Amino acid sequence: MVETVLSVRNLEVAFLSGHGRSQVVNGISFDVNPGETLAIVGESGSGKSVTSLAITRLLDARSSEVKGQILLNGRDLTVLPEREMRKVRGGEIGMIFQEPMTSLNPVLPVGKQLSETLVLHRKMSVSEARAETVRLFDRVSIPAAATRLDDFPHQFSGGMRQRVMIAMALACRPKLLIADEPTTALDVTIQAEILQLLRQLQAEEQMSILFITHDMGVVAEIAHRTLVMFRGNLVEHGDTVDIFHEPKNNYTRTLLAAVPRLGSMTGTSEPAHFVLPFQDQQPLPPQKAETSSTRKPTTEKAPTVLEVRDLVTRFDINNGFMGRLGGRVHAVENISFNLKAGETLSVVGESGCGKSTTGRSIMRLEHPLSGEIVVDGQDLMKCSAAELRKARTKMQMIFQDPYASLNPRIRIGDAIAEPMLLHGMTNRRESKDRVAQLLREVGLLPDMMRRFPHEFSGGQRQRISIARALAVRPKLIIADEAVSALDVSVKAQVVNLMLDLQKGMNLSYLFISHDMAVVERISHRVAVMYLGEIVEIGPRASIFGNPMHPYTKRLLSAVPVPEPRERGKRPAPPIRELPSPIRPPNYIAPKREYREVSAGHICQEWDRSEWAQ
Amino acid sequence: MTVILETTPSRYALWHRFVHQNLSVVVGGVLLLSVILIALVGPIIYSVDPNAISPLRRLKPPSTLYWFGTDALGRDLFARVIAGGRISLLVGVSVSVLSLACGILLGLVSGFFRSVDAIMSRVLEAFMAIPAVLLAIALMALTTASVGNVIIALTISEIPRVTRLMRSVVFTLRGQPFVEAAIASGAPIHHVLFRHILPNTLAPLIVQGTFICGSAIIVESILSFIGAGTPSSIPTWGNIIADGRTFFQIYPHMIFFPAVFLSITVLSINLIGDGLRDYLDPRMSRNM
Repeated sequence: MVETVLSVRNLEVAFLSGHGRSQVVNGISFDVNPGETLAIVGESGSGKSVTSLAITRLLDARSSEVKGQILLNGRDLTVLPEREMRKVRGGEIGMIFQEPMTSLNPVLPVGKQLSETLVLHRKMSVSEARAETVRLFDRVSIPAAATRLDDFPHQFSGGMRQRVMIAMALACRPKLLIADEPTTALDVTIQAEILQLLRQLQAEEQMSILFITHDMGVVAEIAHRTLVMFRGNLVEHGDTVDIFHEPKNNYTRTLLAAVPRLGSMTGTSEPAHFVLPFQDQQPLPPQKAETSSTRKPTTEKAPTVLEVRDLVTRFDINNGFMGRLGGRVHAVENISFNLKAGETLSVVGESGCGKSTTGRSIMRLEHPLSGEIVVDGQDLMKCSAAELRKARTKMQMIFQDPYASLNPRIRIGDAIAEPMLLHGMTNRRESKDRVAQLLREVGLLPDMMRRFPHEFSGGQRQRISIARALAVRPKLIIADEAVSALDVSVKAQVVNLMLDLQKGMNLSYLFISHDMAVVERISHRVAVMYLGEIVEIGPRASIFGNPMHPYTKRLLSAVPVPEPRERGKRPAPPIRELPSPIRPPNYIAPKREYREVSAGHICQEWDRSEWAQ
Repeated sequence: MTVILETTPSRYALWHRFVHQNLSVVVGGVLLLSVILIALVGPIIYSVDPNAISPLRRLKPPSTLYWFGTDALGRDLFARVIAGGRISLLVGVSVSVLSLACGILLGLVSGFFRSVDAIMSRVLEAFMAIPAVLLAIALMALTTASVGNVIIALTISEIPRVTRLMRSVVFTLRGQPFVEAAIASGAPIHHVLFRHILPNTLAPLIVQGTFICGSAIIVESILSFIGAGTPSSIPTWGNIIADGRTFFQIYPHMIFFPAVFLSITVLSINLIGDGLRDYLDPRMSRNM
């Protein structure tokens, strides 16, 4: 019989607050075997992170109550004295978290932080510890490990920092590694690298991993067994392949149906809804007949709503002596595209590629350096301030963070009515009816208009933001990572809503996202951005089916595939640091050549030596 | 999703919890209310002229007849202390309201428009380089001694601090998506400033207002004490203490009573401010 590393029995966690006692984990039991990865998957509020905190006893004893048994190699952690527990944490259990920057001390060199742990826990001498640190950095594939020991955390990229965190977690050769959303804050190519590293380390060290995530794609990539949690309950538990192919629980089925799958759209050119079973779908009211019948299909004939020509946005960095110009961030560099009525153009790329700045520049929330932004025939770069205010009714923006994008002190009815009243499109009395109608259109109830934003969930708030954006009847909506912060099932619903609204109102979307799977589902056309430039643009089917630029290929190959049987079949992407878009003040952007691959599919010519791998 | 298991607690339990969690606000509030009550109602019930000189009853210790005793000119100290309370509270409240009003406006503009901020910040820094008391003394030297001028002088020396606080709060709010959403929906600047930014800044500024109120009362007393504030004919706590200092070793009561009132008033205001800060935003204690 194989002895289990971790055995959790009837774990119950409750939080005690001023408002009473709330149960967050309802008696769950599971085992982690040696050399095995167990994934706990669930949406926000499912209790998955609380479970990991309860295991490491990191919950505040004054405000929480933990019941049940947690056996680590046969020892019950719930009754261990705090002194012993401290040896367990970082000794027998290694931990990595979502945000590597906050877990590292910013004023100490990373090598020192790691070797201190070694001196303390493994009683090494300083020189031994330093040698061991180099070895550990090599193990986690930090390039030129020996030269980077004296660097500070801010000198590392996000992915490299997470490698440092993994090296620290491995320092005391733990038997169990608890990874709480370790790749959520990382770009998809970096995520693929880190998952690959974890798989490799596990095989070498025979270490068990408890992997906490909300992402079914990541689960499929890494977990042997999977545990699905929903509102503090364990709803399904089993082999990852079984969970994905024969889910027994309705919630698991809903969750899996909502997972965007890359490649599921092959052979079509129009966007498609998510098919969600067992969901209390809020039916949309039928759209007015004349709008849907007069709607032109997205063909060549549709009028152009947005035209961007040679847009350049740069940010000065004044870090020189006496605030002199030290350099410039070339956030957006010479990009051009157009967008037709009723069409969705997605802008994809990794963080720092300039996709958000593009959206904000078009909205004129940033000041572009040069270029043309023609919205509905009007060049926004040549507008006066008053004209610009008026022009903003033609385009609206939806932001990523549903919690920060609504003013916490304004009732949602007033928030939705505000843009209409500002532009004199309605009066106070009529605006009520219009707000009620808008709320119905986004799947909410009209009597919610008297509530404040904090009374809504994230998904509902994003619906409110959409209603506010629609209030002025815009032609173009810029959605800046509009569904990225939402739980997977809510994300699918909001995407479906956006597709319905587009059909009904002939809206154009500029959909800015890093999530390739959602992009594949929602877009007509796709633009791939890299270092402030569009490297490839074209019809969605063509970009996903026949990617030309090496960066597009790399991006697509890094997307986790929610299919556990495919695991390990794809080659690991080579480790590559994203170059910085910061240039010296005298930098002149190179002239780029483009070629047309197929109808409408344009690709930038690339430097063969830069991409040779 | 969490499930609340407990039923709604009784009214008494809620009150008990509120007192327990906001002890400093409750204690401060009770103390301040008593001081205000004494200052407002006192002169009506205890109708003795605080400026009536009577050589016959000079330098009397506290007794049932003269509760706080009398001073070197035979003036009733209890009447003088409660009259002084009115001046102190008037100065404290006026200075905090005026400096908040000016500071909020300046900070709003300075925090939102970078170009204005570049100039305004330098001016404010110049003002903040001078200690508030010295600035007030210098301003008082330019004008005649009166309660109104004391209020103006103290307000001017407090404005830079309020402006700086407001500016930093506006700075962080300006980048919030809901502010950008308002700009993106075509809202004019004044609408963005007053409807979206201003209401979200009030919590830390109200707290700052209480601290200004407390410090204004102290600075007013300092000015009176050194003779740079209200004219000595008006009974303020600072003036009473100044009058009593020559007799302090023989008749300590002349300083004791106004000093106790001054301390209790400022302490209660600061307690309320501390409590409000924790109540309005638990993170503020670290941010400020």
